[in-house]
Amino acid sequence: MTSITSTRLQPAANYVEIRDMTFMRGERAIFKNVNIDIPKGKVTAIMGPSGTGKTTLLRLIGGQLKPDQGRIVVDGHNVPELGRSDLFEVRSKMGMLFQSGALFTDLSVYENVAFPLRVHTDLPEDMIRDIVLMKLQAVGLRGAKHLMPSELSGGMARRAALARAIALDPDLVMYDEPFAGQDPMAMGVVVQLIRLLNDALGHTSIVVSHDVQETASIADYIYVVSGGEVIGQGTADEVLNSDLPRVRQFMQGLPDGPVPFHFPAPSLEDDFLRGSSL
Amino acid sequence: MIERIAALGRSGLDILEAMGRSGMVLFHALWAWPNVRTSFPLLVKQIYAVGVLSMVIIVVSGLFIGMVLALQGYNILNRYGSEQALGQMVALTLLRELGPVVTALLFAGRAGSALTAEIGLMKTTEQLASMEMIGVDPLRRIVSPRFWAGFICMPTLALIFSSVGVLGAYAVGVLWLGVDGGSFWSNMQGSVEWGEDVMNGFIKSVVFGVVVTWIAVFQGYDTVPTSEGISRSTTRTVVYASLAVLGLDFILTAVMFGEL
Ligand SMILES: Nc1ncnc2c1ncn2[C@@H]1O[C@H](COP(=O)(O)OP(=O)(O)OP(=O)(O)O)[C@@H](O)[C@H]1O
Ligand SMILES: [Mg+2]
Repeated sequence: MTSITSTRLQPAANYVEIRDMTFMRGERAIFKNVNIDIPKGKVTAIMGPSGTGKTTLLRLIGGQLKPDQGRIVVDGHNVPELGRSDLFEVRSKMGMLFQSGALFTDLSVYENVAFPLRVHTDLPEDMIRDIVLMKLQAVGLRGAKHLMPSELSGGMARRAALARAIALDPDLVMYDEPFAGQDPMAMGVVVQLIRLLNDALGHTSIVVSHDVQETASIADYIYVVSGGEVIGQGTADEVLNSDLPRVRQFMQGLPDGPVPFHFPAPSLEDDFLRGSSL
Repeated sequence: MIERIAALGRSGLDILEAMGRSGMVLFHALWAWPNVRTSFPLLVKQIYAVGVLSMVIIVVSGLFIGMVLALQGYNILNRYGSEQALGQMVALTLLRELGPVVTALLFAGRAGSALTAEIGLMKTTEQLASMEMIGVDPLRRIVSPRFWAGFICMPTLALIFSSVGVLGAYAVGVLWLGVDGGSFWSNMQGSVEWGEDVMNGFIKSVVFGVVVTWIAVFQGYDTVPTSEGISRSTTRTVVYASLAVLGLDFILTAVMFGEL
């Protein structure tokens, strides 16, 4: 597409570059002047407490939300400026695992995984079949191919969605909480799968997760976000052994410390004793 | 007082904004030529869901309405000794008014609410978002085939409704009440005009089909992604679509049959 090449900036070592990005929900700034680089070919983890905006960040990268300020450059294109068709073009090279799985409920597991292939390729049916079965085999669900999403458990649905997210071997795969709801065995498989896909196929991966151990074991680089800022970054070792109090508190799971566990609220005293503002 | 006026102005703006957005949704959904290979199966599936599954309620309602019309009409016409005009009266009432209007109201309740709930649930469960991320526009893939299915099915259903209604009237009028069958049909054929009655009724049902389906798909697409949001949108579809049908019916009737 010609219009897409005209907006392409100089190629870089980073698949995604976020510069001075601010995103507001009403009056509340979810992100304030955030800078994040996602290097090509690496697994980058985004960690942070629940509700800080990790899912929001993935949606910003995918162009489903527009930042109030700043640039989000994906593969050389400034996503917020792309028109509808260019945006869909850029997205065809991304795969995203949604936090809820988001399988299409009117299609079987098989058809869900085949969906991106049917849309973006002209492959003959037997080849689609081979690819779909391969992906399902990788997540341990080949035997579940004829089930409908309503017949899957939460963990299975998520793994099926994972198979769909990687069906096209996209350049960038974004995993939103890939480990949630997996038993230790499936967890191990998913962890290995993400690493393997990244290394074997040269994907760029973004993993959003709270699971410190699993994430630290596969991430090449970790960003810790909280309160709309990047509060710490570095390799897994650096982040795990960070001296920064906020990072340390989050990584070691201490409820008390500079990172708020609570959603912003008036003081306890105000709420319980005066109890007027409801 | 000033606050009231401001609130009124705001809700007016909200309504205009919603209308603008619904226009954009329809425009984006229908803008590009669809890819026949992928769109046709989707359309067929939706025609089944929207049209074929509405058949039962349309046929049964048409039958009963036709029968009631015959009973009422017979009583009135009988007083003037002109019950042979029964066929003509029933056919004109059905073709001009009841066929398009009642079908549209039933269609809003049966198919419209289902469309809204389905699309709304897809939005709530992030299916639309994940479709977007796969690089498929949900407006083209989800909204467009549903819209066209409504566009095609509504006039067809109205025609079926009117035909079944005439049969119901025949059963009651001729078979039961004893109106002469020959004059029932010949009166009907003599008075129903292709352009004036059949076409005008058809135009009405096309307009209703567009409006009802448009409201239904937009309410689904624009739903607040919660279970409460879905139930509200579904209710709104039925209420708005019914009001729109009745209001438009008046305007169309005035233009087609009035002195305008
Ligand atoms: N549609 C919305 N409207 C208003 N605020 C929203 C909306 N969606 C999310 N938020 C707010 O944005 C913030 C970030 O949400 P997000 O889903 O990105 O969090 P998260 O980091 O992914 O959390 P979790 O780890 O629990 O999934 C939340 O505090 C939430 O209150
Ligand atoms: Mg999240």
